[in-house]
Order: sequence, then structure tokens, then C-alpha cells
Amino acid sequence: MNVELKDNQRFLSGLMFLGIGAIAIYMAQDYPMGSALRMGPGYFPIALGGIMIAFGLFELVIGVLKPARVKGDNWSLRALAILPLATVIFGILMEHTGFVPALVALVYISAWAGPQFKFWEVTLIAIFLTAASVGLFIYALGLPYPLFVGY
Amino acid sequence: MELFNNLLLGFSVALSLQNLWFCFIGVFLGTLIGVLPGIGPLATIAMLLPITFNLAPTSALIMLAGIYYGSQYGGSTTAILVNLPGETSAVVTCIDGYQMARQGRAGPALAIAAIGSFVAGTICTLLIALAGPPLAEVALKFGAPEYFSLMLMGLVTAAVLAHGDMAKALAMTALGLLVGVVGTDVNSGMARFSFGYPELTDGIGFVVLAVGIFAVGEIISNLGETEERQVFTSKVSGLMPTKADLKASFWPILRGTGLGAFLGVLPGTGPAIASFSSYMLEKKLSKTPERFGKGAIEGVAGPESANNADAQCKFIPMLTLGIPASAVMALMLGALTIQGIAPGPQVMTQKPDLFWGLIASMWIGNLMLVVLNLPLVGLWVSLLKVPYRILFPCIMGFSCIGIYSVNNSAFDIYMTAIFAVIGFAWLRLECPPAPLLLGFVLGPLMEENLRRALLISRGDPTVFFTRPISLGFMLVTLIILILMMLPMVKQKRAVITD
Repeated sequence: MNVELKDNQRFLSGLMFLGIGAIAIYMAQDYPMGSALRMGPGYFPIALGGIMIAFGLFELVIGVLKPARVKGDNWSLRALAILPLATVIFGILMEHTGFVPALVALVYISAWAGPQFKFWEVTLIAIFLTAASVGLFIYALGLPYPLFVGY
Repeated sequence: MELFNNLLLGFSVALSLQNLWFCFIGVFLGTLIGVLPGIGPLATIAMLLPITFNLAPTSALIMLAGIYYGSQYGGSTTAILVNLPGETSAVVTCIDGYQMARQGRAGPALAIAAIGSFVAGTICTLLIALAGPPLAEVALKFGAPEYFSLMLMGLVTAAVLAHGDMAKALAMTALGLLVGVVGTDVNSGMARFSFGYPELTDGIGFVVLAVGIFAVGEIISNLGETEERQVFTSKVSGLMPTKADLKASFWPILRGTGLGAFLGVLPGTGPAIASFSSYMLEKKLSKTPERFGKGAIEGVAGPESANNADAQCKFIPMLTLGIPASAVMALMLGALTIQGIAPGPQVMTQKPDLFWGLIASMWIGNLMLVVLNLPLVGLWVSLLKVPYRILFPCIMGFSCIGIYSVNNSAFDIYMTAIFAVIGFAWLRLECPPAPLLLGFVLGPLMEENLRRALLISRGDPTVFFTRPISLGFMLVTLIILILMMLPMVKQKRAVITD
């Protein structure tokens, strides 16, 4: 099977493990290593970093020898960009405008990542979900969030 | 008659009006998410975990457990009626269950799945009650080396038995341990891997990790799939299985229960492995193996009992040793810790009402599932028609509120966004996230026990091999690793997990 390296899932995973292991060891240099008798805070992370590098190298080699293609047809870039964005905006709005605007914005932006965006349908979801959440979380469970900041 | 007294205590706790109510909510929600493909027990429990903070510990655990085993029931309904596994463990049920439905025998298939699950649930509840106390007694004698070896065994078996590439699963376990290190080191007070953020000195939240990967990351992945989910439903008429059906299912149910219970206690083996093994066993033992795949009732009865038995017996190591045998159990452990209960063998003696109440509630919950599920089949089927584009914004909403409410912190929300992206990449690279979650939970415990073990032995690592119990765990770990690398087993494993 002929798979380009950028589509080779084993190669890419190996690269990721290798990278994380290297970063872990690099960062853990600042933590005292200690000895086996008295393990310092650096001991465990460095050992784990070494294990990660070993597995990373193994996957790299296997990936070149026996390539396997990345799962799925595409990287679903639309959802990959929009959903984390929606999550972050929820966090910001929770802090500054309150529970209701944050939730409504979350529903609209998330729905935008879907295959079709029907305005009325999304509005209904937003109304229903907000009403249910206000009832459940704010009134029934008593979470201390303002519905709207300033009101 | 201690067992009797213990169970009596358990039922008196579980039958209180409040706990019955939470048990009902749990199994109802569990069935719901079990029926719906694309959302599993892990994400649901992670989302609902914050809600349980305000509940009494026993009620919280009862509800979460209900979600877990309820989802096993729900998964089979979808498998039989729609030929889609609602949960991964129901993949095998699709084979013969759907064929039965096409032959107009959906009713008996659903009924035998429910009966098998109930029998398995009953036997395993008894098993937990019987095996729990002696196991906890043994566990009380464990020192640091034993705990370390036990956790190592758990992590390794979980990784090698996971779906797909073994090396990747082991690497993900190590990565999980590493993510667990993030935060302040208890011994030196040093902040590790905090990247300069004060919020990270408390470590990464379990809910953040689980929801980021299993709820949001999963949605991103689902939205990338091109095909639309299609729902074909056949009419369900006549629920009752015939006498011949019951006779044919009797031994498969018992064998499935035994197999599931055995695999359930082993760490890392998901219900999918139990149900698959049971299917293979029934096919091998059958005098007419050619009926399998064409609507053999044994092919539904065995695997359905096996996956429920597995799900229930996963509680044994969690409750008696304080060691999670699966990612869902890791969440349960998290729920215990949040309630201020230190998990471990002492839970049984210090919190007998919680321990026995939970066990009794599992039996009650299983009974509720049988009574509820069959009459409500119509409701579940209509739920299947709700399109994903309506479902996923709601999941997003509950996920975000759930995470925010843990610490009232927007930082956690931003971390979730990051883990969603990473989790999605892992899904595409087929790096299994479940072993990572297990490693994450056990990371701090393992480091602490390793440190203590080496301190007692004056830095001599042979301590793990000179103490008999620890040596036993190490040998099992080694044997499993070697077995899995044998070419013959490797091939079989590839067949099972693909």
C-alpha cells in the first residue's frame, strides 16, 4: 500500500509520541531527579518521557514499513474550527454576560458546524435548551450564575 | 448469615424513596444514551458528574451506576431494530439480532436480550456481594509494592486488550500517566508542567479531559463523517419468546454470564470483548453453527448476558481495591473522590451503607430495566428518529455547563476546547483515548506508590519481585504481554478487534 507520510497514521502517531516524550524530558530537566531511594519530582516524568520516545520511534519505523492511512475521509475542518471556537466563546460570555447569552451563543455557533443550518430549527433548540437548563441548573440545582450580567 | 445482613442493609438503603428515584433516573438516562448511537456512557457520566456534587454520595453513585449498566441494555435495542450498535458492546448483537428482527422476531430478540441481561445482572450482583468482603480483606494487607504492581498489571492489560494497535495503546497509557503528573508534586511542592499557568498547578480536571475527548472531540469526528444516519424500523409485535427460544437460550445465558464475569474482573477488557468471546463460544459449541448469522437466538442471548455481566463485575476491583478496571470506572472513582471518600478496601467497612446500598441498587436497577425497557420500545424507536443535527448542539450545551460548574472557571472551558482538538486528532490517528484516561487517573497513585515502595526497599527495585503477591501481579503482566506478542494470538486478536 502506498501512503504518503502526511496521511500515514502510524508515522504521525509516532511523531506525536516522540515529540511529547522529548518535550516532557526537556521540561523535567528543571525538576530535581533525586535517586531511586528518594525519587525527586523529575524522576517519574523523565522515565515516562523515555517510554514515550521508545514507543514513538517504534511507531515511526512500523509506519514506514507497514503504512496505514488516517481514519475517515477528511479532517472535518469545519467542525474542527467551529466547535472549539464555540466552546471558548461560551467561556468568555459566561464570565462577562451571564448564563443565557453564553448558552444561546453556544447553540447557534455549534449548530453552524453541522451539515445544514436551519435558522428556525436552531432557534427552537436554543429556546428549549436554555429554558430547560435554566430550570434544571439554576433553579433546581441552585448553581450561582447570573442569567444576564447586570440584571 | 453476614451476607444476609449486609444485603438487608443494602436493600434498606437502596429502597429509600430518594435512592429509588435516582436509580430510576440513572437507568432511564442510561437506556436513552444506550439507544442513541454517537453518545456513550463515558461522555454522559462525565457531563453529569458535576450535577452529582450536590447529592448524597450513595445517591450519586447509584445514579451513575444506573447510567452505566442501563446503556448496555439500550445498546442492544438499537442493534436489534436498526442494525446499528447503540454502544460498541452491542456490535455482535447486530449479527443475529437484526436477522431475527427481519424475520419478524424482533420481540423475542429484545425479550431474550433483556432476560439474559437481567439474569447476568442478578448473578453478578450476588458475586460482588460474595467476593467483595474477602477481596477487600486481602487488599488491606497490600503495601506500596503490591499496589504499584497491581496498577501496572491493570494498565498493561487494559492497553493490550484495547481495540487496535497495541503499541499505540501502551504509548497512550504512558501519555495518560504523564498528563496525570501535571500539577503540584505532593512531596516537594513543586509545580510540574504548569506552563506558567496558576490554574494548572491543581492539575488537569478529570471531567475536562473526559468531556473534551469523549463528548466534544467525538462530535467533531461525527460531523466529519459524510453519510447520514438512516433509520429502518420494523414493527415489533409479540414480545414473548417461545418455550423453544427459552430452552435454547438457557445455557448460552449462563455461559455468557460466566465468561463476562471472568473478563469483567480483569482490568481493561471492555464489554465488547466479552460479548464477542461469548458469540464465538456459542457458535463453536452449537450443533448447528450454520444458523449463526441467520437469526440464531443463542447469538443474542449469550453476548447480551456477557456484556452486562462484564459491566457489573467491573465494579469489583473498583469497590474493593480502589482500582478502576475501565475508563468508566475511573469516572466512578472520580465521583467518589469528589464526594470526599478515599477509594480503597476501607470503603466497605467505613461506608457499609454506600457499598451495600450500591450493590442492592444494581439489582433493583436491573429489574427496573426489564420492566421498563420492553413496554417502552416504541418510545426508544421514535427517539432514534431525532436527527444528529438537533442532538449535538444539546450535547455541547450540557457539556459546557457541566464543565464550567466544576470550578466555576472559564479556564476549564478553554482547556476543554484544546482537548477536543487533540482528542479528535487521536480518533483520526486511531490512538485509543480510553487507556489514556486510565493512566491519567492512576498516574499520581502510581508515582506515590513507586516512591514509597522504593523508599521501603532502600532504592532496590527487586522489591517488586521478592514479595509474593507483587511477584504474582508482575508475572501475570509479563505473561499477558508475551501471549499477546505470539504470532498466533496476534492474528486472533486482530480478527477480534477489527
